[in-house]
Amino acid sequence: MSSGRRLYLDGVSVVFDGFRALNNLSLIVEPGELRSVIGPNGAGKTTMMDVITGKTRPTAGTVNFGDIDLTRMDEAAIANLGIGRKFQKPTVFDALTVFENMELALKAPRGPLACLRWALTGEAKSRIEQALEETGLQERAEDLAGILSHGQRQWLEIGMLLMQDPELLLVDEPVAGMTDAETEHTAALLVRIAGKRSVVVVEHDLEFVRALGRRVTVLHEGSVLSEGSIDHVQNDQRVIEVYLGR
Amino acid sequence: MSATVSPLPASRARLGLRTGLLVALLLLAAMPVLNQLPTTHPLHVSDFLVSVTGKWICYAILALSLDLAWGYAGILSLGHGAFFALGGYAMGMHLMRLIGPRGVYGHPVLPDFMVFLGYRELPWYWLGFDHFAFAMLMVVLVPGVLALVLGWLAFRSRITGVYLSIITQAMTYALMLAFFRNDMGFGGNNGFTDFKELLGQPLNTSAARSGLFYASLIALAGAFLLCSRITASKYGRVLTAIRDGENRVRFLGYNTTHHKLFAFVLSAMLAGVAGALYVPQVGIINPGEFSPANSIEAVIWVAVGGRGTLVGAILGAFTVNGLKTWLTSAAPDLWLFVLGGLFVLVTLFLPKGLIGLLKGRGA
Ligand SMILES: Nc1ncnc2c1ncn2[C@@H]1O[C@H](COP(=O)(O)OP(=O)(O)OP(=O)(O)O)[C@@H](O)[C@H]1O
Ligand SMILES: [Mg+2]
Repeated sequence: MSSGRRLYLDGVSVVFDGFRALNNLSLIVEPGELRSVIGPNGAGKTTMMDVITGKTRPTAGTVNFGDIDLTRMDEAAIANLGIGRKFQKPTVFDALTVFENMELALKAPRGPLACLRWALTGEAKSRIEQALEETGLQERAEDLAGILSHGQRQWLEIGMLLMQDPELLLVDEPVAGMTDAETEHTAALLVRIAGKRSVVVVEHDLEFVRALGRRVTVLHEGSVLSEGSIDHVQNDQRVIEVYLGR
Repeated sequence: MSATVSPLPASRARLGLRTGLLVALLLLAAMPVLNQLPTTHPLHVSDFLVSVTGKWICYAILALSLDLAWGYAGILSLGHGAFFALGGYAMGMHLMRLIGPRGVYGHPVLPDFMVFLGYRELPWYWLGFDHFAFAMLMVVLVPGVLALVLGWLAFRSRITGVYLSIITQAMTYALMLAFFRNDMGFGGNNGFTDFKELLGQPLNTSAARSGLFYASLIALAGAFLLCSRITASKYGRVLTAIRDGENRVRFLGYNTTHHKLFAFVLSAMLAGVAGALYVPQVGIINPGEFSPANSIEAVIWVAVGGRGTLVGAILGAFTVNGLKTWLTSAAPDLWLFVLGGLFVLVTLFLPKGLIGLLKGRGA
């Protein structure tokens, strides 16, 4: 959908106690684009998502979604703008069932009174069931999220992301702990989602990135080292040196 | 061993709880009636037991309110006694105004302590308290507004955990010191007492005592139903989620400050109601009610009963206070050690409290 908003990062720096986690980072993700971000440990991939979602304030630089300045908004406001996030370490609510986790994420008015009055309609229920099916969790719907396996927690997080119906999805290492078949399924799911929405995927698994088959950005020491197709970056001498060659 | 012990299915356990609760409610409701039987009757319930149970019912409401904030929203308030005491003071002000010219000094309007301290007229913040409806409004409004201001400042600045607990504890301590001062206009360290009547009924009759007992019981049932509705709603699940991972909830688009404030304010109001019902039953309110130890005791009731379960909070309030009443007469020196020991034991071996024990180890 070309009517969507563009994610625009320009000259973004984040300094932690003198250490530059992001260093003059610039990145543009067009509406509907699917972008992979790779890079060695500590390159700043997660920090970049922290900056976009309001968890970390940049020391310098511009972070815009459409014409909205994200650096002035808190996490909840950014989420309500239509930016959803899946965390590197899956964090679901262990004391709630899988279904209730999905219901909590489902796009709906977020205030206390609205939540008090909330009643599960048929439409909401079928949307949740659809996401449960999509993520292969329909058998676990009534189980507490606390007893899920690591892979299933990943799926639940992805499902919760879908429930939010975001315009931009930030997905941090979605296939860690997944089997090959599950990894393929996830790639297909993300490709299907993109187009209607923008998706930024951080992943170390290059096979997975290849399966996504779109533009790849390589981060290194907090800035963009290389950008292009997977073949392009895999043959980039600097990328081989700092990341692939090790 | 574990294979032979099959825990109750959740639905059956819940049914058992519901039935138990209803039976307990009926037994409580029967107490003032059984009190009317001749003292020689085997089912006679003593005046002492009725009056002490009336107090425990108020404590149970306080425990429920604390459980909503702590057990569900994860806000460990160590100052809930302050909200209880403020509700009690609001009720006390009403009762003082109702004494009218019957005070020792016989002043038509001013309570005795004001005459004694040389007040010429009623301070402005005492106006309106002669009206029952106004006083009842203050019973919920004063604790509610305090919780709103404190909660807004703390939650907005993302103060959580131990720091939040310390702030709430400091709040009740500061209020205690303030209420001890004579120039505050709340009777200093003597507080309020010698109440005469409420709603046109003299307080020293057995009818008035039963009336207050039933009012408290109805309030407890109402508070329980309210909290049940809240915790069973999606809002209740948002609170649980905030308790277990507030940051994550923010990224789902929930303004957790608003959600926590709502629960905290509601909880403070409930605590105020409990205090207001408590004061006419015990016949006195003084700054000692703000003592930090009171708030900590309330936390122990909830922990012992089982936090995050409403029935547990009520059970804990009755059990610990029953034990306290028995021990403080049987072995008064032991009580504080038993209370401390109980808390340690529950924390170490019964993290789900007595209710966890009742529901079976598997639950
Ligand atoms: N809150 C923080 N305080 C101090 N340093 C931080 C903080 N967050 C991240 N860092 C540092 O910033 C650097 C970038 O971290 P980041 O998590 O963004 O890396 P990453 O690219 O996601 O790595 P990985 O592949 O291991 O997930 C790391 O060196 C990390 O230690
Ligand atoms: Mg990372």
